[in-house]
Amino acid sequence: MTQTVKNTILFAIIALMIIYTGFAQSWNSALLIIAMGLISSIMALGVNLQWGFAGLFNVGIMGFVALGGLAAVLVSMPPTEGAWSTGGFAIVGALLLGAGTVVAAVMLMKRMAPGMARTLAVIAVLVIGFFVFRAVLDPAVEAVEAINPAQSGYLGGLGLPVLISWPVGGLFAAGAAWLIGKTALGLRSDYLAIATLGIAEIIIAVLKNEDWMSRGVKNVIGLPRPVPYEIDLQNDPSFVERAAGLGFDPVDASTLWVKLLYIALFAVVLIVLLWMSQRALHSPWGRMLRAIRDNEVAAEAMGKDVTARHLQVFILGSAICGIAGAMMTTMDSQLTPGTYQPLRFTFLIWVMVIVGGSGNNFGAILGGFLIWFLWVQVEPMGLWLMNLITAGMSETSALKAHLIESAAHMRLLTMGMVLLLVLRFSPRGLIPER
Amino acid sequence: MDLLNAFIALSNYVLIPGIAYGSQLALGALGVTLVYGILRFSNFAHGDTMAMGTMATILVTWLFQSMGLSLGFLPTALLALPFGIAFAILLLLGTDKVVYKFYREQKAKPVILVIVSLGVTFIYNGITRFIIGADDQNFLDGQRFIMSARDFKALTGLKEGLAFKTTQGITIVTAIIVVALLFWFLNKTRAGKSMRAYSDNEDLALLSGINPERVVMITWMIVAALATIAGTLYGLDKSFKPFTYFQLLLPIFASAIVGGLGSPVGAIAGGFVIAFSEVTITYAWKKVLGYVMPEGLQPDGLVQLMSTDYKFAVSFVILLIVLLIKPTGLFKGKSV
Repeated sequence: MTQTVKNTILFAIIALMIIYTGFAQSWNSALLIIAMGLISSIMALGVNLQWGFAGLFNVGIMGFVALGGLAAVLVSMPPTEGAWSTGGFAIVGALLLGAGTVVAAVMLMKRMAPGMARTLAVIAVLVIGFFVFRAVLDPAVEAVEAINPAQSGYLGGLGLPVLISWPVGGLFAAGAAWLIGKTALGLRSDYLAIATLGIAEIIIAVLKNEDWMSRGVKNVIGLPRPVPYEIDLQNDPSFVERAAGLGFDPVDASTLWVKLLYIALFAVVLIVLLWMSQRALHSPWGRMLRAIRDNEVAAEAMGKDVTARHLQVFILGSAICGIAGAMMTTMDSQLTPGTYQPLRFTFLIWVMVIVGGSGNNFGAILGGFLIWFLWVQVEPMGLWLMNLITAGMSETSALKAHLIESAAHMRLLTMGMVLLLVLRFSPRGLIPER
Repeated sequence: MDLLNAFIALSNYVLIPGIAYGSQLALGALGVTLVYGILRFSNFAHGDTMAMGTMATILVTWLFQSMGLSLGFLPTALLALPFGIAFAILLLLGTDKVVYKFYREQKAKPVILVIVSLGVTFIYNGITRFIIGADDQNFLDGQRFIMSARDFKALTGLKEGLAFKTTQGITIVTAIIVVALLFWFLNKTRAGKSMRAYSDNEDLALLSGINPERVVMITWMIVAALATIAGTLYGLDKSFKPFTYFQLLLPIFASAIVGGLGSPVGAIAGGFVIAFSEVTITYAWKKVLGYVMPEGLQPDGLVQLMSTDYKFAVSFVILLIVLLIKPTGLFKGKSV
């Protein structure tokens, strides 16, 4: 059996599982699995670029995804009435001041000769800069957050079409990745892991606390959509007529049609990114990256700039995660910082890449669909299993209640087990690198 | 008098909590640094090892409480601590046998071990939530204060009170005892010396007849004890919640790296650096400055540099600065 046949069979099995879900549960959940599977695949592609091509360990995927979500809000929401004039410009000014302070400190660090004078100068610049920054920022933030806090209380966005936010989300993530990569690459591999773990936590903390930016834990809801609303479709006589012609009732037809449109949009993005990744993999650049991954010392001896290539690929991979994050927020049409959990957005993507086959783009996509499917289905399966185990116990047993209640935590355990088992017994994954 | 009041307020809100938190971080960072020195990878499962050990301690504490056992004014958890440690030792030795040993024999790259430890993290986390749930658990009993703010005011007649919680006292005393024992073990005993030798130069240690598997076993046992003690102290002082322990990873790693990965002294120093930075930057200085500043210059605002929600950002920024300026850490770790 050739590799191609085997891969086709693997993808066919997943297609069958999703189709089975459609018949057994509902087509709505089947389509939702496909849509989220596409987004997961894109994230997995990004991580595969970093890990599979270059051997970089990124534990901060959650942060890059969240930055993409932030981009969706900042680009697509309408600007809040009066927010810019009361404090918006002051906030932007304060942020520029803050950035200027850091740049000034870095310049001093580079220009002045090492010694006591330099240390004092840098500290003085940072301290004074910080207080000026806070003095400008605080009143502005207060003014913005005071505007109708129940509904807005934030700056709002630019009011542009939401699709623009997808590349913008990529840019945001790329910026954060540049900052991290600049610091932690070129040192031990573990340091990148720890630095990315940190930046992810901090991005989430910023999203939760900076109410002027995206309302914090009050959530931004009702983002504009790139596809029509269900209710408009149901009121559109020509759509109802066509749905009736196919034997659907209008409500079902409209929800399915909206999901299909999303799926089409996501599929386009996935195909473009996949094509680009494939080209990258088979280009001299891709070969160089793999050479670096397999033997850094030898690659360096050949005159390859290892740290610069690592920085490049780290930024590219993170940008892809940012794009996927913006897409996800677009589909949910809300940004809820409380839902960003490292398990769901970092660890799960890692399981996808490792199970699918690190170093192989098709593997990443396969892993994205397969693991997402399992993720959705493990909870009901766990509940079923628990019900089976506890079937013999009495209805009032405290142990039974505890076990059934704990079924929700089965996901963590299952995903951890899947990762360890694959790493141990099939480290090359389902579709190995060629 | 104002200066004295300022000092008391400072001790109450910054020094004592900082020392207690620093001790907890130091114990955690010691565990990370030992694994790094001997097994040569960053153990992401350390936070959840702490959670598992603490969970075992909590369960035994509840058992003792229901049996009516107690330590008088000390928390019952201290009595349960040895059982928690024993559980953590079994857990880590079991994990090593089932998971890590395979990769050690293969001489896998450190980054593979880091990924594996991430897998272990989630299994531990899942088990912890499965057994004890994802919510806050309170297991503190005994007397709450060694000295309460009211007693202190009555005693000294000062305007500011100094509260000294029992848990803070226990944390500091336990940390001193544990660190003293650890250093005695590393420097004076044969097993400890072989551990240091193995950490310094693996090949030379093997050549002089040190059994690597024994070194690894002893390391895991010490790490289990350190993690359980750190976790229990943190849980007593604040509260026990599985997710908080995962989040503790960042300050703990920051401590270990700031001090220099692989260096036990560095881990302790790093723990206090991180703890004091976090506490001073997120503390509202209004009260202290109100006493110190001359009349009329007293601040109106809270004078809080950053809100407490950003305490992780503080450890992170310190981590970045150290990585940029001195990647080997304050005490010349073996990294880079």
